[in-house]
Amino acid sequence: MKSLLRWESALFVLLVLVAVVGSAATGGSFLTGQGAFNVGSDLAVVALIAMPLTLVVVAAEIDLSVASVLGLSSALIGMLWNAGWPLEAILPVVIVVGAVCGAINGFLVTKLGLPSLAVTIGTLALYRGLAFVVLGDQAVADFPDSYTQFGTTPVPGTWIPYSIVLFVVLAVVFGLLLHATTFGRAVFAIGANEEAARFSGIRVKRIKFILFVLTGAVAALAGIVYTLRYASARADNGTGLELNVVTAVLLGGVSIFGGRGTIGGVILAALVLGGLTDALILDDIANEVVKLVTGILLLASVFAPAVTKRLRGATP
Amino acid sequence: MKRAGFAKRAAVLAAAAVLLAGCGGTTKDNSGGSSGGGQTQTTANPNAPTAKDLKITFLPKQVNNPYFTVAQGGAEKASTALGEQFKATGPSDADASSQVTYINTAAQQGQNALLLAANDSNAVAPALKAARKQGMKVVTFDSDAAADARDVFINQASSQEIAAGQVKLISDAIGGSGEIAILSATANATNQNAWIDIMKQELAKPAYANIKLDEIAYGNDDDQTSFQKTQGLLQAHPNLKGIISPTTVGVAAAARYLDSSSYKGKVALTGLGTPNQMRKFIQDGTVGSVELWDPAKLGELAAYAAVALSSGQITGQQGEKFKAGDLGEYTIGAKGEVVLGPPLTFTKDNIDKYNF
Amino acid sequence: MTAIRELGILIALAVVVGVTAIVNPLFLSGQGIRDLLLNACLVALLTVGQTMVVITRNVDLSVGSVLGLSAFITADTFAVNPVLAVVVGIAVGALCGLVNGALVGLGKVPSLVVTLGTLSVFRGLDFMWAHGRQINAANLPDGFLALGSGSVLGVPYLVIITLVVLAVAAVHLGSYRSGRELYAIGSNPEAAVLVGIPVGRRVFTTFLVSGTVAGLAGVLAVARYGTVDATVGTGLELQVISAVVVGGVAIFGGSGTVAGAALGALLLSTIGSALEVVHIAQFWQQAITGALLIAAIALDRGVALRVAARLRRQSRGVSA
Repeated sequence: MKSLLRWESALFVLLVLVAVVGSAATGGSFLTGQGAFNVGSDLAVVALIAMPLTLVVVAAEIDLSVASVLGLSSALIGMLWNAGWPLEAILPVVIVVGAVCGAINGFLVTKLGLPSLAVTIGTLALYRGLAFVVLGDQAVADFPDSYTQFGTTPVPGTWIPYSIVLFVVLAVVFGLLLHATTFGRAVFAIGANEEAARFSGIRVKRIKFILFVLTGAVAALAGIVYTLRYASARADNGTGLELNVVTAVLLGGVSIFGGRGTIGGVILAALVLGGLTDALILDDIANEVVKLVTGILLLASVFAPAVTKRLRGATP
Repeated sequence: MKRAGFAKRAAVLAAAAVLLAGCGGTTKDNSGGSSGGGQTQTTANPNAPTAKDLKITFLPKQVNNPYFTVAQGGAEKASTALGEQFKATGPSDADASSQVTYINTAAQQGQNALLLAANDSNAVAPALKAARKQGMKVVTFDSDAAADARDVFINQASSQEIAAGQVKLISDAIGGSGEIAILSATANATNQNAWIDIMKQELAKPAYANIKLDEIAYGNDDDQTSFQKTQGLLQAHPNLKGIISPTTVGVAAAARYLDSSSYKGKVALTGLGTPNQMRKFIQDGTVGSVELWDPAKLGELAAYAAVALSSGQITGQQGEKFKAGDLGEYTIGAKGEVVLGPPLTFTKDNIDKYNF
Repeated sequence: MTAIRELGILIALAVVVGVTAIVNPLFLSGQGIRDLLLNACLVALLTVGQTMVVITRNVDLSVGSVLGLSAFITADTFAVNPVLAVVVGIAVGALCGLVNGALVGLGKVPSLVVTLGTLSVFRGLDFMWAHGRQINAANLPDGFLALGSGSVLGVPYLVIITLVVLAVAAVHLGSYRSGRELYAIGSNPEAAVLVGIPVGRRVFTTFLVSGTVAGLAGVLAVARYGTVDATVGTGLELQVISAVVVGGVAIFGGSGTVAGAALGALLLSTIGSALEVVHIAQFWQQAITGALLIAAIALDRGVALRVAARLRRQSRGVSA
């Protein structure tokens, strides 16, 4: 637990550093005004999906299909919009479809007992493929301003993007779920020792299933946010994003073995990653450096606890 | 048990959604569409002095494409000659939304002008509109963004000339009759689709009555994908006699595949290719000829247009003229489009004169 | 047991090829078969290293980036000396594998996270080295490019190289103690330690092999494709893992063969080509690959459960 707090403090320091670097590059507008709005909008999608994924990883599973669910939901929005459906109907349907995608993942993992890494690599391809089947290669872009403004203008009177508001809501919800309910304690128990959790009466399969469903639904929600922000529904939206989300979760100090991690850490990590990317670009630093730094940060996140353990003499 | 309850809840939500649908709501037809992002119309002052120390950002489709590297060279040369500050940036992948962060960055950095080749004409529109509101001028080149999101579009050659030229080249290469296919870039690229539409119109003319277009494949401007799509085209259509690939990545990949396969010499290939990439294949006969324009000149013209806009010499209206250094004087056409000039054809005879 | 699994893949392959050939006989023409084998080569080569890694209950997500980095450095080195270029390419891969192996095998840190990190680091290094450049076929020696598309006695060079590497790995895994120990490590890591298997060293070696093979694949990618930039190999890791899983290698380790994995690569690549030929929109390819992957995992799981149940019955019978 102590090493975790230490890691989160490190993340916080990093966040401050990022803010300083970014502000230096833009004469202060990184944290205020349009700059803050841009950074917020850029990191919102990854941050949103990282919330439920945190619980999944704490439960010692993983879901690599999230970006494909995002793409599928974007494609569905485009297809249904072209078919004349009203947006008010499209959006809830899309979230339900996302939840169904999550349910399929959950079914394969809990009922059939298949390893989630391999399964979600399979559904990553399956859902992305379905996105292309639904919308093909076209891009749908004629969404009305009344909706796209949620992606392009901030909350009136502030510079906060609506997507960040959504993120804050989800962060609170998932934070409470993980850290303040029996459900959350059960998730930790499952990740720490699944057998023991089962013997102590925890309904492991049911809980894991719910986690996958939640992840799918939030991924679909992220797809809505993404589509409205860029005012463009495409089947290839979000390709490769799953790696960013997993990186954010792992960087946040969540152990890949399960049983340890905090929502707070993941929030900090998402902010650091998103802020760092934008700060470096603002400094006209090529994005290959961003890749390099992201990779090194990830390695550091997993070595820091191992190193501190070794230094204290305990066996890892 | 959990699944049954979940399924029930999903069904209820879905039913509610359908009911809502019945009640109306924001649909394609009644939504009133998206608004334009036009700036206030000011009048152009052709005699305004050319501003100096303007901050210009060059943002290509992606940074690994040598075609854009050459265009960047031209834009940089022109900018420096005029005394402006030039910088280039860009994403490493050609995804629709990758450029948005860079557009926002340019606006935040207070850049005066942006030279952009858009990956997706719509995905970048909101960011461009926001940037223009802050006073940044936007000049698109090679691949346009939505017309109401930019000031001027530099088109490399008129779409009609490019497309008609491609059709003529392949027709000559296959002797006027046979099946052909098109290997394009990404399905959304504005320029590709414009050219393909005109190609189809050309093929409908009586002069090309004996030529049949079998298929349009998309190589996504990715070398390996284009390579494998070429394989697929040749296998799927055994009587294929010619391929048009109006993208430098596609034509290079297709040429390489033909060169190393049993189809060499039997299937003709033409397209839009750079001399350096195509030299080997034109010299060994795999490809007869390709067309292109000088991307350096394209970049140069874009830079001149951006400077003219920022100096107030033009506002992007039809009929306005501006000077582009040694390229001469250009007039803005309809919808803010400026055409660079006619395309160049590269054959065995002249390809060694060019180095890009 | 595993022989039956490989047979299953072969049957699936035969069905796909057979059906497609009926629709379009060109699919099985000389050029067609050459194309099928060549397209699968690079992924099949990568599956050799990945199989060894996965058998020990690890995963190497950095292979795509290693291939890309090695490919570009190789292409650049051609300007200096062709032979040196090939050596350098393989060495770059080995170095990357060494880094992975040290971090995972000796540092005892989860491979998923480590290789996810090195995926970014190596790709970042690739971009920095390339600096936006692209190297074309015109810059590469003809002899080398011929390696990518030429053949001897009708069999393409790339296929021969892949088969040789495959054979060496198969023999090592099947007949040498150090190879068989990998299965033990994957089946039960704690037991492996107790039995005296040098787990750290073995795991280190698997990553070293995976990296070296990826380096070799990078060199061959240059020969095959001729045009190289910093994005070569992006996304390949997921294809490789899909191939490995479809090929019967359990993601939890402890079972599977390189032959099966290579066949998995061939099957997936063939499906892609087959769809083109029968005019099914390419869009369906990814969906079908995904569905196939899930089916393969479910099948393997079903089989594994049956085998475990049978073993339990047998052991109960014996102890009675």
